[in-house]
Amino acid sequence: MAKQTSFFTSIRRLYPHVRPILPRLFMGLLSALLASIMALAVPQVLRILINGSLHPGGPSSAVWAAAGVVLLLGIAEAGLVALRRQFVINPATTVEAKMRVSLYGHLQDLTVAFHDRWGSGQLLSRAMTDLNFLRRWMAFGAIMLVVTTLTVVIGVVVMFTMSWQLALIFLAAAVPIMINSFRFRRRFSLVTRLSQDQAGDLATTVEESVHGIRVLKAFGRSREALENFNEQAEGLRRTEIAKAKHQATFTLVVTLLPELALGVGLVAGVLLVSAGELSVGSLVAFFATAAVVAAPVEVSGALVAMALTAKTALDRHFEVMDIPNAITSPEQPKSPAELRGALSFKGAAFAFDDGAGLLHDINLDIEPGETMALVGITGSGKSALLQLVPRLYDVSDGSVSIDGVDVRDFNIEELRTAVAIAFEDTTLFSSSVRDNVLLGAPDTSEAALDEALDVAQAHFAYSLPDGVETLIGEEGLSLSGGQRQRIALARAIAAKPKVLVLDDPLSALDVNTEELVEARLRDVLRDTTTLIVAHRPSTVALADRVALLEHGRITAVGTHTDLLASNAHYRYVIASLDAAPKDLDSELDELEHELESEQRLNQAGEARR
Amino acid sequence: MTTFGTANEENSNLSRSESKAVRRRSVALLGSLIRPVRLRFWLTLGMVVLSQATRVAGPAIIAFGIDHALPSLAAGKSFPLVLAGVMYVAAAIATALLTAVYVTSTAKLSQAMLLDLRIRVFRHTQRLSLEFHEKYTSGRIIARQTSDLEALRDLLDSGVSSLASGLLFMLFTAFTVFALDWVSGLIMLATGVPAYFLARWYQKHSQIAFRESRVASASLIVHFVETMTGIRAIKAFRREPQNAERYGELTEHYRKVTVRSINLNGIFQPGLVLIGNVCVAVVLLVGGFRVLSGGLAVGVLLALILSTKRFFQPVDQMAMFYNSFQSAQAALEKVSGLLEEVPTVRPPKTPVPLPEARGQIDFHGVEFGYGNGKVVVPELNLHIPAGQTVALVGQTGAGKSTLAKLIARFYDVTEGSLTLDGVDLRELSTADLRRAVVMVTQEAFLFSGTVADNIALGRPDATREEIETAARAVGAHDFIAALPDGYDTDVNKRGGRVSAGQRQLIGFARAFIAAPAVLILDEATSSLDIPSERLVQAGLSNLLSGSDSGRTAIIIAHRLSTVETADRVLVVHDGRIVEDGSPAELISGGGRFARLHGSWKESLV
Repeated sequence: MAKQTSFFTSIRRLYPHVRPILPRLFMGLLSALLASIMALAVPQVLRILINGSLHPGGPSSAVWAAAGVVLLLGIAEAGLVALRRQFVINPATTVEAKMRVSLYGHLQDLTVAFHDRWGSGQLLSRAMTDLNFLRRWMAFGAIMLVVTTLTVVIGVVVMFTMSWQLALIFLAAAVPIMINSFRFRRRFSLVTRLSQDQAGDLATTVEESVHGIRVLKAFGRSREALENFNEQAEGLRRTEIAKAKHQATFTLVVTLLPELALGVGLVAGVLLVSAGELSVGSLVAFFATAAVVAAPVEVSGALVAMALTAKTALDRHFEVMDIPNAITSPEQPKSPAELRGALSFKGAAFAFDDGAGLLHDINLDIEPGETMALVGITGSGKSALLQLVPRLYDVSDGSVSIDGVDVRDFNIEELRTAVAIAFEDTTLFSSSVRDNVLLGAPDTSEAALDEALDVAQAHFAYSLPDGVETLIGEEGLSLSGGQRQRIALARAIAAKPKVLVLDDPLSALDVNTEELVEARLRDVLRDTTTLIVAHRPSTVALADRVALLEHGRITAVGTHTDLLASNAHYRYVIASLDAAPKDLDSELDELEHELESEQRLNQAGEARR
Repeated sequence: MTTFGTANEENSNLSRSESKAVRRRSVALLGSLIRPVRLRFWLTLGMVVLSQATRVAGPAIIAFGIDHALPSLAAGKSFPLVLAGVMYVAAAIATALLTAVYVTSTAKLSQAMLLDLRIRVFRHTQRLSLEFHEKYTSGRIIARQTSDLEALRDLLDSGVSSLASGLLFMLFTAFTVFALDWVSGLIMLATGVPAYFLARWYQKHSQIAFRESRVASASLIVHFVETMTGIRAIKAFRREPQNAERYGELTEHYRKVTVRSINLNGIFQPGLVLIGNVCVAVVLLVGGFRVLSGGLAVGVLLALILSTKRFFQPVDQMAMFYNSFQSAQAALEKVSGLLEEVPTVRPPKTPVPLPEARGQIDFHGVEFGYGNGKVVVPELNLHIPAGQTVALVGQTGAGKSTLAKLIARFYDVTEGSLTLDGVDLRELSTADLRRAVVMVTQEAFLFSGTVADNIALGRPDATREEIETAARAVGAHDFIAALPDGYDTDVNKRGGRVSAGQRQLIGFARAFIAAPAVLILDEATSSLDIPSERLVQAGLSNLLSGSDSGRTAIIIAHRLSTVETADRVLVVHDGRIVEDGSPAELISGGGRFARLHGSWKESLV
């Protein structure tokens, strides 16, 4: 729950956005005021015209003149109504659009950690519903609120000129209304905030129910999902009704009190007239004016509610906008003299926002062009470690540097050009295969595309309905897990980075394809520093060295063979044969056997060279 | 081009007959929403009318006070004054109460309709088959369920009540004008002609504008959702500038479309005001000449003109209402289109009960192709006895997943039949089918909520103890226990802080607790490290052999370690089963599997 700020504190934040359009908003306000004055003037003008010059046998020019004046006033009124919209609509929608785009931009810049926490439905409701509402309030609600207030003030002043006693009685009603409006403001703000938050959560539930449809269907849990949704939607309904009740109570007060005052005024007025202190004409005029004033007072309930809702929408908007972007380019970015791709972790640690530490004191040096495999059991922090390199997460202690420059000193754009990453959950965008593969590529030629697809063994792309122009992702063809993974791999390769970070990129491939990919990958990786998460010996085979991650710490670094020989945990993590526990002797035997075969292989390799 | 369902929904310029068809569909939906609450609907309207009456009483009482109470007071009688005062206060109280009640009642009405529609759309999207979800963007479904429903809400809140009171007011005023002078009454009625044409013009254009606005807002939402769900990749590949540019364009387009629809209203509403004002001038002109010729009293003319002016007062509100009506109609066109989509996989009308499935699966001459496309699975006959663990092996795209999805009835076979314990899958109720058959895929989606909630998805009535047992069985307990709040840790959005491997473990625990007769694993261990995989396998073999009859398992995996544990291996190629036998048999047989097995062995060093 956000802290409660006063109405004006919140609205003031709109000022920088509104400032450029203030003159037009003011003109719109003026048009609205003039239009209501026109509407009010017509009866007075008519009275004068008709009473003055219309009588049987009078000149026909008077009729023409009167009709002409009324027509002109009428046209002016319609024109002013149209003008108000013309003045206000374009600027108000422009402000809305600008705020929407800046919210989107800010969301894109905010850290991955932020997005881990916030449901996209909740963000969506801020980008769409809240800003839509704000625009309508600027274009209509705010102006009407001002017009209404002015009308009431002017009306009351006019009433005072007619009879100060009666006007005082009428004004006395304002005191309880004021008191009540404070209470209303406080309560309504709370409920409207709750309802907007609930609407956002509901959107998140909708979003999850759509993205998780496979799981829901696989377990036949649509009914439970519906029940959960129903509960939430029902909660929102109750809040909305509570909101309406608060508004109804306030409307009751603002409708009733002025009328009660008028009832008292009627008796008092008649008494005053009979006492000779007031003329009948003034009494009639007083009530005619009171009728004009009472109508806007009644709608003020709705207008105040609208203003408070707009205030909440603003609060919600700035709540997100105010979250500082923790991962930004430094003011004076540095870059290495020559980008060679030496990656080094020095005492690097990573902890979640709530302080739960995941990585501790990571020290790791990877030479330019070297391929380092990262091995560890599920949850040991491998993925988090990878994401430190392109600064998707920032270290909480220590540093990560490329060619001696801390990644935090890089210009982010430059850093992420130098580093490419392929994730374990592949994200493909609604676009063609070509666009998806060449997403971050410096070279977007046909040859670059072909090479990347070839290395990733994604030749299937050519036989899609429209070849590499086939739309994939959500709005296009759905691909299998293995196909998606290969496109994502091709994307990382096409980016031609100095440092390549791969998060178990071959997990969904069958063994033959994996072998083919690896054969090609070895070539490509020759000049690229690579950090690759591996779960299988086959993937480890790509690497020059292996780092073993255990409970968030690097406990061993060495070649596959060394580690296999010297490290029990490593064997536990990577050795896939013989799940059954063995006694020590046979394990040693096997180890020797392995070493022998390793040596044989090495010799064979040397002989070939 | 058909407009059935969601087909062609991006098109805003529909032909006359198409436009009629979608409009009818949308009106029908609105009607079906009002029907259950029609009592409240009429009650609310009644209250509006009543409050209007008490409101009108106010000025009448004032007139009474001035005309009668004042003279009687002079005559020494104070009773009429007291009466006037009391009546005025009574009328005021009645008006205020009625207004408050109908404000609440309107909210109840609109919220009830909204809830009804929300549930309907949600339930329907859940019912729609995967085939639909695979081709219809998730962002658009979200748009249908959020911003489109918002438009309906605007309509309901924009004052159905003010429309009613406005109409009533106009009718009443029209009567008084006719009573005073029928000529002026006719002039007033004549304004109906230009007003009608103006409304027609407005309807025609705003319909298109509002349709465009729905489409524009949906594409804005689609882009937004796609960005937020793919934020990691966007950052890693520096997509932000292009994305921002695209979003900027979409926003500007949406803005333009919105401005267009508002501008149409900006012509419509002042147009109506103008018609009213011209009418006043004409009444004055005609009446004025009749006054000159002595045919009409000046006082009557004044009254006529004021009444005519008043007649047009509610026009503002009505224009506003009509505007939201058009907007809501456009939104409901889209929503009703979604509701019109028919799930291709439907539960049977009279299901064959299968309370205790054993897990025997038979393919009888099964043929399958996606949509109307080419056949993916040609004529397939296969018998899987209850309790068998079957591994499906083959290259990417060979059709393994398709077979798995058929058994899970994510799709229906095009030809032949697929039976569970001799009952065609299409004859099983959803509850029976999902209790018997569960599929775990590579992508283990986590919902907001706690880890325990996510595991309990497999069996909602599971106790905490059962949840923990399941987690222990698949080796997920240790990492869960190490989370900040253990099983009560919120997994946040899409399992932000839970790694892909851990997600798969939770997915397994889910399947474990569901304990189905047939368990389908589609690359469900791909993100696991070897020790975790081993744990899962141990848990799995417990599960599979645990119950009296044993369970049937269909496993798709690329890992030998998984395949080796199977009783039987099926090698799939181009949708056909080309090899079938126990792992040992196939290895000695020297076919595809043997070759595959060979390369596996090599890869393991």
